[in-house]
Amino acid sequence: MQTPTTLDQLSLKQSAEVVAIDWAAISDNEGRRLRALGIDKGVSVEKLYKGMFGMSDPIALKVGRMMIAVRKSHAKAISVCPIAVTTPA
Amino acid sequence: MSEPAPLIVLAGNPNSGKSALFNALTGARQKIANYPGVTVERKSGHFTFADGRPAELVDLPGSYSLDPTSPDEEVTRSVVMGLQRGERRPDVIILVLDAANLDNHLRFALEVIALGQPVVIALNMMDLAERDGLTLDPAKLEKALGVPVIPTVAVRRRGLEDLSAAVENRLLHKPENIEPVVAKDRDRGLSKQAKRIANLAVVSETAGRRWSERADRLFLHPFAGPIILFAVLFVMFQAVFAWSEAPIGLIESGSEWVAAGVEANLPPGFLRDFIIEGAIGGVGSVVVFLPQILILFLFILLLEASGYMTRAAFIMDRMMASVGLSGRSFIPLLSSFACAIPGIMATRSISDPKDRLTTILVAPLMTCSARLPVYAIIIGAFIPPTQVGPGIGLQGLVLFGLYVFGIVGAMIVALVLRSTVTKGPNSGFLMEMPKYQLPLMKDILIGLWQRAWIFLRRAGTIIFGATVVLWLLLTFPKVPEDSAMSQVDYSVAGRIANVIAPVVEPIGFNRDIALALIPAMAAREVAVAALATTYAIDAPDEEAEAKSLTERLQSRWSLPTALAFLAWFVFAPQCISTIAVTRRETNGWRWPIFMLAYLFALAYAAAGITYWSAVALGL
Repeated sequence: MQTPTTLDQLSLKQSAEVVAIDWAAISDNEGRRLRALGIDKGVSVEKLYKGMFGMSDPIALKVGRMMIAVRKSHAKAISVCPIAVTTPA
Repeated sequence: MSEPAPLIVLAGNPNSGKSALFNALTGARQKIANYPGVTVERKSGHFTFADGRPAELVDLPGSYSLDPTSPDEEVTRSVVMGLQRGERRPDVIILVLDAANLDNHLRFALEVIALGQPVVIALNMMDLAERDGLTLDPAKLEKALGVPVIPTVAVRRRGLEDLSAAVENRLLHKPENIEPVVAKDRDRGLSKQAKRIANLAVVSETAGRRWSERADRLFLHPFAGPIILFAVLFVMFQAVFAWSEAPIGLIESGSEWVAAGVEANLPPGFLRDFIIEGAIGGVGSVVVFLPQILILFLFILLLEASGYMTRAAFIMDRMMASVGLSGRSFIPLLSSFACAIPGIMATRSISDPKDRLTTILVAPLMTCSARLPVYAIIIGAFIPPTQVGPGIGLQGLVLFGLYVFGIVGAMIVALVLRSTVTKGPNSGFLMEMPKYQLPLMKDILIGLWQRAWIFLRRAGTIIFGATVVLWLLLTFPKVPEDSAMSQVDYSVAGRIANVIAPVVEPIGFNRDIALALIPAMAAREVAVAALATTYAIDAPDEEAEAKSLTERLQSRWSLPTALAFLAWFVFAPQCISTIAVTRRETNGWRWPIFMLAYLFALAYAAAGITYWSAVALGL
């Protein structure tokens, strides 16, 4: 088990499981949208891209077979636990 | 009375290929209207079953959930629940799911199925799923969900007959109320349930060729990505001018040919003057811009259909965030370069109300194509075609400067608004970035045709009407033979303009401009038609009448006046349709009036500063 962190701190190309979401830090509407896009406790995500020219905002995530964009401000509220990468055979 | 044709609605997540399926099922004959009281588009079309029976098909706005987060999702929810005002309860709901994205799309599907309405599922984009290395078993999905599941590939018209038969079957055999399969605990349990069912349907899953992901490695590259985006935008704006030359020439010579035909076949008099000066002159000078508008929309539709537009939004998000907006505002603002009306309507996809309002308020500052006729004629008349660098002309540079002026203005206004009237917490930027797709020619052509039709209808109604009214006001009353006054000064319009003139004189505008500004309220491009009409009526003799508008402007306007006129049009809210659409989108007069006031104030200040500086510099 690797150390939990928040989504904004996760390194690129790293998969992780969402372990907790601080819903209080996110507005109701945004929270609904986040869940509608498939981000919820227990879901696996992979951080694919981040902002342009070396910026850390926004972040592109892979959730299932879908890619979604989130802002750093939301990513901070999402606690994740990195999953050790198993190299495909 | 015969029973109305059954109502079939298409519902599903955004990017499920819903609209492609709608186009494939209905063809080009579509009706676009609005749901009463809300600003959500209702897209409907005719559909015929195999036995020739007709049905009405409605394409509902894409939704992620029945727990709505936007007006669009609200309408989808009400329609599928049979609660929407102005809409019958649907007889069958076709749920469109992306086969390659089942665990995400099943969440919404499960919510809809739980309502107990007759549902048929179109498991769409089966070919892309297979290419992604995903093999699905529709029968297993059907069993798990308890509703018919039909595999389709909308863009290749595969599975359409099966879908039609399944819908017909559903209509004929109204199912006894099916047991809702979803538990009440929607939000939390739904994701897991969707995932479980999706896994049931998957026969095998291999890595496959993920060309879409490979493309993103380039398009979302932290350095190459933005450079590619700016290159795309550069090509787009270049094409708007370069590709439109030939068709514009055709339209111009066409309207000259019609005018010559009218002149040869009608006796001189009121009717002939009316048709040539009012109708052909006025409307012709506007229809000329159809090619540029279509080219701009062609690019926007291609960027949207291919999925690249969301990447552009991702790239631009950080920059938009610095003025309090998000990447979502980029798409509406880019559309506003063609026309603010579709731009303002595109803000519906922005979920944060304050973000959306700010975007609506600054959208008119993007240089829309209606300003081009105004800019083109003034730049052509007053800016010399000198070269300032290799391949860079002064005229082009001034035009580019006007675009930049508008963008910078919009950014500053957005920043000011976000810290005053639309103050609020910085909103998030949550957006799905769908897989890249090859745009389907038919879908693009349908989109272009709809845009062209809206523009031509506008030219035929608002612009034609404004030009005709102005022509009449300029022509009557006729100046008496012995009067020293000119026809324009004597006319009703001239008298009105003489009242307004003192207000705009401080910023360097003459009476002719005051005169042109009034009908230009209907639409900016009317300013050009109005100046042309004014100077045509004012011409003392045949020889003067033969002079071009450019020559007339050069002899009557000073350079500072011309520059002030350009600066005015960067900001002036001169487009009734934009005001009307803002009223509709913001549900009231408060924001359109605010928009009018702030834009007129900026226009007056910008024109004034330009005029005074130019005079001070001795231009």
